[in-house]
Amino acid sequence: MKDMKYTAGTDNGRTAEPETRRLHAPFSREVIRSLHAGDTVLISGTVYTARDAAHKRLCEALAAGEALPFDIRNAVIYYVGPTPPRPGQVLGAAGPTTSGRMDAYAPTLMDAGLAAMIGKGDRSEAVIDSMRKNTAVYFAATGGAGALLSKCIIASETVCYEDLGTEAVRRLTVQDFPATVVIDCEGTDLYKTAPAQYRKEG
Amino acid sequence: MSIREIDVSAVREAVARLCVKANTELDPALYEALRKASAAEVSPVGRSILCQLVENAGIARATGTPICQDTGLAVVFATVGQDVHFTGGSLEEAIHAGVAEGYTAGYLRKSVVGDPLRRTNTGDNTPAIIHYRVVPGDGFEITVAPKGIGSENMSRLFMLKPSQGADGIREAVLTAVREAGASACPPLVIGVGVGGSFEKCAQLAKEALLRPIGQNSADPFWADFERDLLERVNRLGIGPQGLGGTTTALWLAVEPYATHIGGLPVAVCLNCHVARHESAVL
Ligand code: SF4
Repeated sequence: MKDMKYTAGTDNGRTAEPETRRLHAPFSREVIRSLHAGDTVLISGTVYTARDAAHKRLCEALAAGEALPFDIRNAVIYYVGPTPPRPGQVLGAAGPTTSGRMDAYAPTLMDAGLAAMIGKGDRSEAVIDSMRKNTAVYFAATGGAGALLSKCIIASETVCYEDLGTEAVRRLTVQDFPATVVIDCEGTDLYKTAPAQYRKEG
Repeated sequence: MSIREIDVSAVREAVARLCVKANTELDPALYEALRKASAAEVSPVGRSILCQLVENAGIARATGTPICQDTGLAVVFATVGQDVHFTGGSLEEAIHAGVAEGYTAGYLRKSVVGDPLRRTNTGDNTPAIIHYRVVPGDGFEITVAPKGIGSENMSRLFMLKPSQGADGIREAVLTAVREAGASACPPLVIGVGVGGSFEKCAQLAKEALLRPIGQNSADPFWADFERDLLERVNRLGIGPQGLGGTTTALWLAVEPYATHIGGLPVAVCLNCHVARHESAVL
């Protein structure tokens, strides 16, 4: 079993398999250009959380010409709505939510500087076009691994929109957060290419 | 024949406990199925995802953190013996109160809006969705089956024609799984209802998810149908999280029921691997 042991986590003694890359967020466009659909990565550093309601407000602020409550240039946004923390926990379960609900807003945020998104599920053509144009990347985290991903989040502070509860924007510090590059900045989409390799229909 | 009394406060306490247990302790049979799949999966990305899910289930159980942050709508099945008399208040209110208590005290996410269009969060994950069945005797069994919306949104009902037969049923299930792609967080657990009426069929699909994992239908005809259909689902190549692989579903169960001479309803209830259900007998 050892060779197929999942490699992320913050425990001592656990190392990444050779093909798993460690990334430090925020990343430069140069790093993004080196990522390809199908790469597995461990992300450490700063990521922001936002779901539908926060996206709506961010886009409204941009439309009104206002400054955003955090620096979105080169930022990473994680689509998540965690469970409340137990005493002593940073956050409760914190797996990804469905990214498609953010498709209407993502191109606007990428035009403003957003470099990477973490979520689950496929993206619209408009989002993929914007990713090509802006050299951005989309990662999938494992839906249903909320307890494990929670352990990779070592700090959290609310940035804005506290009234949105679970949907407030938080600045997270993550360590060895496991993710897969699903759509790279050339627009290659693992959701479209990978299943065909394993299909045995007929 | 005597009447047995049950105080509804016992129901409330049981429901609260079951909400927390269902959300933090993965069914041991599903855990085993995940573990086996993580060894058998052909895709390396798929293997790493399945290993994450195995580890996740262990962390959730050890720390009391929910398996997934979508702790769901609380779907409750109450099987009530006809010789039971409830005391101390309303049974229905006790079930709702148990859900509120479990979701609040258990640090679970409150994901329910009170009105489908005006959408204000009710703040305590109520109301529950309750299905009652009255049976002979003086027993009372209650099952809490929290359901996340990612997979619920991809569930489907098809009103087929009888002439579409077994092929039609298979195609309906494969269509639902294909269209769900990554959205229902594969590996899936699939409940299929066949027959009945429009609403009965959907309920059959849900009930199919309550059957113990690994226990095929008692009817050999349907048991074969289940095994064959699960294999076909796994040939789709969708794989863990839709990123390709041989593990698209861990389990599939079919519940058939009598239907009209002119109809063949098929309901496909998709569930992620977090196919939660916990029961208590009072
Ligand atoms: S489908 Fe299941 S695993 Fe995925 S987010 Fe919903 S409850 Fe969690």
